[in-house]
Amino acid sequence: MRRLGNLLPGKLAKLAAAAVLAFVLMAAAAPLLAPHDPAATDLFRRLQPPGWMAEGDWAYPLGCDALGRDILSRIIYGARVSIFIGVVVVLIATAIGIAAGLAAGYLRGWVDRVVSGLIDILLGFPYLIFAVGLMAMMGPGVLNMVMALAYKEWVVPARVVRGETLAARETEYVEAARAMGASSTYIMAREVLPNILSPVIVVASVRIAQVIILEASLSFLGLGVQPPTASWGSMVADGRGYILDAWWVSTFPGLAILLLVLSINVASQAVRDAMDPRFHD
Amino acid sequence: MRPALLLQRLLHLVPVLLGVTVIVFLMMSLTPGDPAEIMLANQNATPEQVASLRHDMGLDRSLPVRFASFVGNALRGDFGQSLFHRRPVADVIAERLPATIELSAAALIFALLVAIPLGVVAAVHRGGILDRLATVGSLFGVSLPGFWFGILLLLAFAVNLRLLPVSGAIDFAHQPPTVTGFLTIDSLLSGRLDSLGNALAHLLLPAVTLGLPMAAILMRVTRASMLEVLRQDYITFAEAKGLSRARILALHALKNALLPTVTVAAIETGSLLGGNMVVETVFGWPGLGRLVVESIFVRNYPLVQAAVLLYAVTYVLVNFVADLLYTVLNPKVRM
Repeated sequence: MRRLGNLLPGKLAKLAAAAVLAFVLMAAAAPLLAPHDPAATDLFRRLQPPGWMAEGDWAYPLGCDALGRDILSRIIYGARVSIFIGVVVVLIATAIGIAAGLAAGYLRGWVDRVVSGLIDILLGFPYLIFAVGLMAMMGPGVLNMVMALAYKEWVVPARVVRGETLAARETEYVEAARAMGASSTYIMAREVLPNILSPVIVVASVRIAQVIILEASLSFLGLGVQPPTASWGSMVADGRGYILDAWWVSTFPGLAILLLVLSINVASQAVRDAMDPRFHD
Repeated sequence: MRPALLLQRLLHLVPVLLGVTVIVFLMMSLTPGDPAEIMLANQNATPEQVASLRHDMGLDRSLPVRFASFVGNALRGDFGQSLFHRRPVADVIAERLPATIELSAAALIFALLVAIPLGVVAAVHRGGILDRLATVGSLFGVSLPGFWFGILLLLAFAVNLRLLPVSGAIDFAHQPPTVTGFLTIDSLLSGRLDSLGNALAHLLLPAVTLGLPMAAILMRVTRASMLEVLRQDYITFAEAKGLSRARILALHALKNALLPTVTVAAIETGSLLGGNMVVETVFGWPGLGRLVVESIFVRNYPLVQAAVLLYAVTYVLVNFVADLLYTVLNPKVRM
C-alpha cells in the first residue's frame, strides 16, 4: 500500500500532464476533430439525447442543444476559447508582473511605492467583481475579457517577483555585478531574473487554471464570449433552462471545464514539488 | 496591540479605499453610452430634454468635479437613482443585502465546519487513507466550476430526489414577518419554526456550492499549519507530561494551528463575494449578486457602480479586521 502510495502521485501527474496536452491538441486540431460544424443548427435534432440513450444517434455522441447543435463539436471548439484566454491572460500578466515586480523590488523608492500602492488597491477588489465591473463597462468579447482579467491578474506574479527580488538584491552575485559597474537594467534582466524565474513559472501554471474558471464564470453570466462562438461557460448557461428534460446540455461542457482545470492543477502541483523542495509539506 | 500601530494601519486604509473608489468611479464614468439617454430611452425624448437631464444628473461637469461629488454623496450613503427601479440605489441595495449576507455567512460556516475537522484529521493521520482522500477532495474542490456544480446539485437533490427546493430563499406560505430582513433571524424572532426550516432548506444547496472551493483551500491550510504545529517542542512537552492526545490536539495544537486558517478565510471572502453573483444566478437567490448581474444587462450603471464599490470596501475592511485579529491572537507578531 505504501509503495503504491509513493508511486501514485508521479503516475497521476503524468496522466494529468497527458490530459492537458490532449486538451491543447484538441483545441489546435478542432476543425479536423469536430464531427460537425459547431454553429450549425438543426431544429429536428433539438435537445437530442446522447448516442447511448434511447432516442440518441451515435453521429452526435454527446447529444444536441436547444438549437440542435452538436455538443461534442461545441466542446471541442470551446477548448480553444478556454485555453487561449487562460494562456494569453497569464502570459500578459506575467510579463507585466515581472517588469513591475523587478522594478519595485530592485529600484525601491518611489517606484516601489507606486507599484505596491497599485497592488494594494487592486487586491481590494474581489477578482470576479472587478472583472464583471470592467466587462460591464467594455462590453462582452474575447479581447475585452483578456484585458479585464489581465488588469488584475498581473498583481499575482508582481508580488512574487517583488518579494524574490528584494531577497536577491542582497545576495553576493548581485553585489558583485554592481561592483563591476553593471547598470540596474542589466542586473535586473541578467542577474536577478534568471534566478527568480522558477517560482514565477510555478505560479503561472497554477494561475492558468484559475483564469480558465474565471473565463467560464464570466461567459456563464453572459458577459464573456458571445454567441455563436462556443465557450464552455456559456454552454452550461444555455443548458440551464432545459435541465429538467435535457441534462446533457449543461453537464458535458461543465465536465470539460472540471477535467481541464483539474488536470492543470494536478500537473502544476507536480511541477511545484519538483522545482521547490520547500513545498514538501 | 499598541495604539500607534493601530493608527498606522488605519491610516494605510485611507489611500487603499480612495484608490478603490477612483477605480470604481472611472470604471463606470468611462462606460460608453450616456446614462441620461438610457434613462429616457423609449420615451421619445427631445435632445433638449436629454440635455436637461444630463445637467440635472451632473453629467455635463468635468470628471474631477463629478468624482468629488460622487465621493461626497457616497459618504452620505447617496448613490443616485437606480435607472431601472426609479428609486434610490441605496434603498434597492439595502433590500437585497440581507439575503446575500445570509448566504455568504452560511457558506463560510459550511466551509469552516468541513475544513477544520478534515484538515486536523488529515494532519494527524498524515499519509493515511483519510489524508489522501481529503487531498484529492480539495483538488476537486478548487477545480469545480461553481455554476456547474450548483446545477448538478439542483438536478440531484431538487429535481430528481425532490428533497430540497429548486430556487428562491423561502416559500411564500412560510414567509415570516419582516423585522431584520434576514429570513433565519426573522423566523426565530417570530417563533415560526416552519419558516426557519423552510429558509434553511432553501439555504443548503447554495451555501454548499458557494462554500466548497473555500472549504477546499481552508482544509489544505489547516492541514499544513497543523503539521507544522505538531512538530513544535511544546507539543512534545505536552506529550511527555502525559496529557491525552485529544487534549493536546484540542487545547495546544488546534489553537495555534487555526491562525493561518483565519487569515486565509479572510482573504477568501473575496471569492465568496464574487461567487455570490454566480451562485445567486444559478439558484434564483434574491440577493445583491443576482441584482448586479441583472443590472448590467439593463445598463443600470449607478446600481452596478454602488454594488462594486460596496463589495470592494467590504473586502478591504474584512481583510483589515483579519489582519488585526491575527496580530492580537499571535503573540509573535504582537508589538
